[in-house]
Amino acid sequence: MKFISALINGVNLGSIYAIIALGYTMVYGIAKMLNFAHGDVIMIGGYITFEFVYALQGNIWVAMLVTVLACTVLGIVVEKIAYKPLRKASPLAVLITAIGVSYFLQNIILVIKGSDTKKYESVINVPNLVLADGELIIKGTTIVTIVTCLVIMVGLTLFINKTKTGRSMLAVSEDKGAAQLMGINVNRTISITFAIGSALAAIASFLYFSAYDSLTPMSGSMPGIKAFIAAVFGGIGSIPGALIGGITLGVIEIFAGTYISTNMSEAIVFLVLILMLNIKPTGILGKKFKEKV
Amino acid sequence: MKKSLRKLFCLGLAVTLVATAFSACGQKEETKAKDKFYIGGTGPLTGGAAIYGNAVKNAAEIAVEEINAAGGINGYQVEFKFVDDEHNAEKAVSGYNILKDWGIQIMMGSVTSGPCTAVADKTNLDSVFQLTPSGSSTDCIVNDNVFQVCFSDPNQGSASAKYIAENGLAEKVAVIYDSSTNYSSGIYETFKKQAEEDKKFEIAYTGSFTTTTNTDFSVQLNAAKDAGATLVFLPIYYSEASTILTQANEMGYEPTFFGCDGLDGILGVENFDTTLAEDVLLLTPFAADATDDKTKAFVAKYKEKCNNEIPNQFAADAYDAMYILKEAIEDAKITPAMTNEQICEKLMGAIVKLSFDGLTGEDMTWVATGEVNKAPKAVVIKDGVYVSYTK
Amino acid sequence: MSKTNTAGNSLAGKFKNMNKASKNNMLTLSLVILFFVIFKIITTVGSSESLIGIFPMICYYIILAVSLNLVVGFLGELSLGHAAFMCVGAFSSGMFSKIFADTISNDWLRFLLAVVVGTLVGGIVGILVGSLVLRLRGDYLAVVTLAFGEVIRSLLNNLYIVFNDGKLKVSFIENTVTEGVSVENVIIKGATGMTKLVSVYKDFHRNNTFIILGMILVVVTLLIVFNFINSRSGRAVMAIRDNRIAAEASGINITKYRLMIYGLSSALAGMAGVLYIHFLGMAEPVSFDYNFSIEILVIVVLGGIGSIRGSIIAAAILTWLPTSSLFMNFDKYRMLIYSIVLIVMMLFTWNPKCKEILKKLSVKNLILKIFKKKKETVEETVEVESKTAETVVETADKEVQ
Repeated sequence: MKFISALINGVNLGSIYAIIALGYTMVYGIAKMLNFAHGDVIMIGGYITFEFVYALQGNIWVAMLVTVLACTVLGIVVEKIAYKPLRKASPLAVLITAIGVSYFLQNIILVIKGSDTKKYESVINVPNLVLADGELIIKGTTIVTIVTCLVIMVGLTLFINKTKTGRSMLAVSEDKGAAQLMGINVNRTISITFAIGSALAAIASFLYFSAYDSLTPMSGSMPGIKAFIAAVFGGIGSIPGALIGGITLGVIEIFAGTYISTNMSEAIVFLVLILMLNIKPTGILGKKFKEKV
Repeated sequence: MKKSLRKLFCLGLAVTLVATAFSACGQKEETKAKDKFYIGGTGPLTGGAAIYGNAVKNAAEIAVEEINAAGGINGYQVEFKFVDDEHNAEKAVSGYNILKDWGIQIMMGSVTSGPCTAVADKTNLDSVFQLTPSGSSTDCIVNDNVFQVCFSDPNQGSASAKYIAENGLAEKVAVIYDSSTNYSSGIYETFKKQAEEDKKFEIAYTGSFTTTTNTDFSVQLNAAKDAGATLVFLPIYYSEASTILTQANEMGYEPTFFGCDGLDGILGVENFDTTLAEDVLLLTPFAADATDDKTKAFVAKYKEKCNNEIPNQFAADAYDAMYILKEAIEDAKITPAMTNEQICEKLMGAIVKLSFDGLTGEDMTWVATGEVNKAPKAVVIKDGVYVSYTK
Repeated sequence: MSKTNTAGNSLAGKFKNMNKASKNNMLTLSLVILFFVIFKIITTVGSSESLIGIFPMICYYIILAVSLNLVVGFLGELSLGHAAFMCVGAFSSGMFSKIFADTISNDWLRFLLAVVVGTLVGGIVGILVGSLVLRLRGDYLAVVTLAFGEVIRSLLNNLYIVFNDGKLKVSFIENTVTEGVSVENVIIKGATGMTKLVSVYKDFHRNNTFIILGMILVVVTLLIVFNFINSRSGRAVMAIRDNRIAAEASGINITKYRLMIYGLSSALAGMAGVLYIHFLGMAEPVSFDYNFSIEILVIVVLGGIGSIRGSIIAAAILTWLPTSSLFMNFDKYRMLIYSIVLIVMMLFTWNPKCKEILKKLSVKNLILKIFKKKKETVEETVEVESKTAETVVETADKEVQ
């Protein structure tokens, strides 16, 4: 029973990582940049829902809609102001800017809302599933999380492979210059990618904070970093890779905590990443690139 | 381009640096005639632990206003200055240096353990008397000149273990503690030691977490449940505890939760479902809705000063600290004209003879090592308020 | 600087024969010493405790910033785990000082050895980490260094060391050794880290010796760094940064040089850690988190990536500013301002349009006109750099192929 409930917890955590990892993997695949601020968009999403439900007593469905919209707009605005002007800059400069944006988002919330913990009210009201005479309880949020994750994966795969916008995203990720020559608006495509990534961050915020209810300005950074690791693990740029990476990471983290030491679970996750990158630097499903001069 | 911009930027800042360095000297020249007591402190006013620092600052200011309105100490007024240290040892040390420039005579701080330990070494070198309201680690009071108002962590741990054993609260106990803070691991260690000595109950499971893994407690709670623990001891701060309570409730695990003073404040977490905290026991010296006059008056004043915020245990400790200093100074007949060494020596002599009745305990006494003796009080949460616990 | 021995005996003659870079370095070094002298005069005249107290801090921030600048500016990679190397340097040297507190009675000798220990341990850990991660580049390397920083920190969080009756006892994860041991004999205690190092160096603290020690360490750091940059190895590193493939083609052993500079950088970070722990007298592992690494990065970026002098000035100013009474009330907004500055700096140094705006401003600005000649050359190099950045397609797995 211990094993099964640990496994379920791991898959739950992993599914959330997978959704966050999708945001990273899409942006990385297309804009070739690590959007460090992605985790903080999740945190902002949490605060927006929190404010809407708690302070304004708004309807939960409206709150979720508002959050998705707000995060999408935030993603586009960040891209326009901070990342777009640096499209031709060195990767180092872009990375530093992304760290700057991440810090900015954390600190603006810190200044406005203070550092004390807020309790996020779960937006998912699905009854728990009790199995084996109460020995095994599967939380409602867990079921919703796993289902949502699968739906998003399938939906996104269809979107990228079947629609015109999706295919233009594929083209841009392959070769920006050639895509432009083929009449694809590269800037618009990148904006759309950021919009989708941020909308996914909003959805991840519902799932993440419904499961782990404490909300602080720093809440987004650790899941963000771990989700990036998941994305790298599965192979940057690959949608099924994000799923595999996310779930593997979630399961490893919970198992390490259950069977080794809760103190070291994080260190173990990071060590796994380092090992992985040494054995297969492109991740499980990553594509190999030939370096051009 | 960027180089010239940078040069200009650096030049400008270098000029300000030199200018203020000299202006700082200017200030120093007009050394204040010491006709007041200069009491200073550091604590986190910004950052993750800001809630504690602000509580101490506000409460200390209330106490100083009261003291000054009533004619000061030995007829001398009190000046109080509080510097932000962001719960960071480096910042606390530079904060203390700023206080030295200001002319500090007595240190009322620091608020949190790590910074307090760092500052304690500096006050020891300068022979400045230090009374920390809430630096609970034993490392804070290693030096002779440092005294505590709050319980030290080991005291809390052994007191909790004794309390659980004496009141027969449980036979199987689980502990979930934060291994990355010395507050939590300090309490846990003596709790474990005391429990093993008394053998009244068994520690069935011990789980830990760190500041970066403080969101998911499913592993620890599942293990505690599997181990059959009917009481979970939480020597941690309230924000993580509120998460543990919520997650335990979700998985249908309903043991008794028992905590220390760090749990104080759990009812104030924004949007926290306080029904989850029903029947939570905590060992804390101060309950804001106690009915004695002293507490009532303090709570009313604090609320007035800080937009209706309810004072926590840290505020009460700081308020007490100011009055402890007042009594000790009066007993030792200290005047501001004395040097810091004289003040320090006299206060060290006076405080161990003191018996003080305050918000956080009746008949508080001190031993020369710096620890306080006072009776531990337990409160239980009933209908969303703290009530004194009686069995 | 080292290649100037052949010149005439007089100092002026030496200076004349130096190349431009060496002159520049000499200038930086003398500026630092000049600043120290001014500082000494100010503090003796005014005896401001806060200025005296902050000087050693400025020193270790300078060392940290300069050492991180080696990786960011000269290797062209981002390391987000710099605080971890400082952390191991700090704890190992603190451990040394505590263990040999009685055996070595001379404070100066003990401190010198502690510096050596801290620097070596920092360097060794740096090389170990580097040999695992340096085959990665760019974003991957940044995240992995961050991960390693957190791993090292969480390991130290669970480390307990006791030195009692000449015996060293170590326990890991579960505390089994500190029980019943007096505080003086506990060396490292998990999350509490190390305390009571002040008592080992009481005289240093009383006499404010750390100002001089800090100054010496800064000068030593600068001498090492300048010598390295101007050496054959230093040029090789810069060649790798500017065009890795071309460098590889010219027979430069990329892995070796990358590892070398990474090790040097972490050794210097370890040295900064030595100063940190001895000056504060205590250290907690939790202080050396990811945010600390970012703060060092902010200093490096603000001072100018690749500019040693910039790092020094930025470190001094950013350490001093928050403690000055002028800016005390802005503390709430400090990190917010840092983040905005970080973004704006990047935009203005890398975006053509923003550079255009700056140019227009500069025409109106008299002071900037003085630098006009230099400005143009710098702009050219920036353009060249951005071009090379375009042509080299960044991928992660090239070395596997």
